[in-house]
Amino acid sequence: MNWEAFWLTVRLAAIVSMLLLAIGIPIAYWVTYSRWRWKFLIEAAVALPIVLPPTVLGFYVLVALGSRSPLGRWWESLTGHTLAFTFEGLVIGSLLYSLPFAVQPFAASFGAVDPTLLRASASLGQSPVQTFRRIVLPLSKAGLVTGFALSFAHTLGEFGVVLMVGGNIPGVTRTISIDIYDQVQTANYSSANWTALVLLVISFVVLSVVYGLNRRPWAVGPWR
Amino acid sequence: MSKLLSLLILFTSALASAQEITVAAAADMSAALPELVAAYTKKTGQTVKLSFGASGNLTNQIRNGAPFDIFFSADEQYPQQLISEGLASKDTLYRYAVGRLVLWVPADSPLDLSKLGIQALLDPSVKKISIANPATAPYGRAAAAALRHFGIYDRVSGRLVLGESVSQAAQFVESGNAQAGLIALSHALAPTMKGKGRYWTVPLDAYPTLNQAAVVLSKSKQQDAARRFLEFLRSPEATSLLTGYGFSLPAEKH
Repeated sequence: MNWEAFWLTVRLAAIVSMLLLAIGIPIAYWVTYSRWRWKFLIEAAVALPIVLPPTVLGFYVLVALGSRSPLGRWWESLTGHTLAFTFEGLVIGSLLYSLPFAVQPFAASFGAVDPTLLRASASLGQSPVQTFRRIVLPLSKAGLVTGFALSFAHTLGEFGVVLMVGGNIPGVTRTISIDIYDQVQTANYSSANWTALVLLVISFVVLSVVYGLNRRPWAVGPWR
Repeated sequence: MSKLLSLLILFTSALASAQEITVAAAADMSAALPELVAAYTKKTGQTVKLSFGASGNLTNQIRNGAPFDIFFSADEQYPQQLISEGLASKDTLYRYAVGRLVLWVPADSPLDLSKLGIQALLDPSVKKISIANPATAPYGRAAAAALRHFGIYDRVSGRLVLGESVSQAAQFVESGNAQAGLIALSHALAPTMKGKGRYWTVPLDAYPTLNQAAVVLSKSKQQDAARRFLEFLRSPEATSLLTGYGFSLPAEKH
């Protein structure tokens, strides 16, 4: 078990899921309440990473972050190094990769808030922002936790994007899934086994939390 | 509908019985081997499917039952291991070339390789140096050995990025994401990279010789076809193509 890779991955997933909480809530808000007729195009773009092969995303990220792109040059002039093969580069790649796993649960829970509550709040003189903060957000707690947990878990298991833009640097970009790949490729099965088991258990626990939060104990089944 | 389906099955099974051979090949052959195969197919009608990867990765896939007929390794050690495990036949082992390691920089690099040689890596403008992963790729081991040979490994190790194979190491530096790379000469000479950069050939005494060897795998159901393809490698046509990609022939001394 490579603990360096493990903690690196946990750090990456924690940073990404927290940033997605900050980025995802405004996007989800807009997606839920916007009446723009072309809104579906934005929704499709947000959902893209779910179906897009990670190699496609990795390829674009590598090209976009490289020293030959405007973004890459700008970052290089700012920090003195390119974004590819750095932890920051992985954070950017993972933000894109896990975006829908945060935005979709957020938007679903915002949309599930009873609109009569929103109208009542507005009639009592609350601004849309206040209504969102005091009514929508508290009622969407389960959706927020779900989005946070799913983007965390999804980032933990990221492989293709990291393989393409990471450069496999120990302690910087060698994440746990890359470490498992290396161990399997060098026929180091017992070590791969332990690492894989740890990832399996963590993923199961995170998903159990998600489903546990979203169960409806008050639901009445047809058999009653 | 069912007629269409059975036609489809007939068609695909006819394709499969066309005696196609499947080759697992070291990443440094990714430019040369397709040309070799094209020449061979033109001559004999035999079709060959190619699959590239780091030699260590391919060895591991073969151990786990990957259905390849021939294995081209960038390091003879892997075919030897497979032979000792009974997975490849010893009498087919053929050293087809010696691989060369080069230091490659993009065309817009300010580094003067002919003057600096490997010392160019110590230049502060070199932020990242791409090499293949030494755990699975022979060229990665050669690169690490060369850096140690010149006594600069400890000074550059913090800037190394590891490609999954020597192909990815080449791609990292070709795309400008790394400023220098220790890659295969065969990639530097490949049409996709030629003219995009400059290279310095690392002297042969700086790293253990990269003896490239091919072997027919024991599980192959097409032993004869596979052996015939390996026989073709010894032909003047094949060897001149290999030397064109910077591979020196095993008998030659440099």
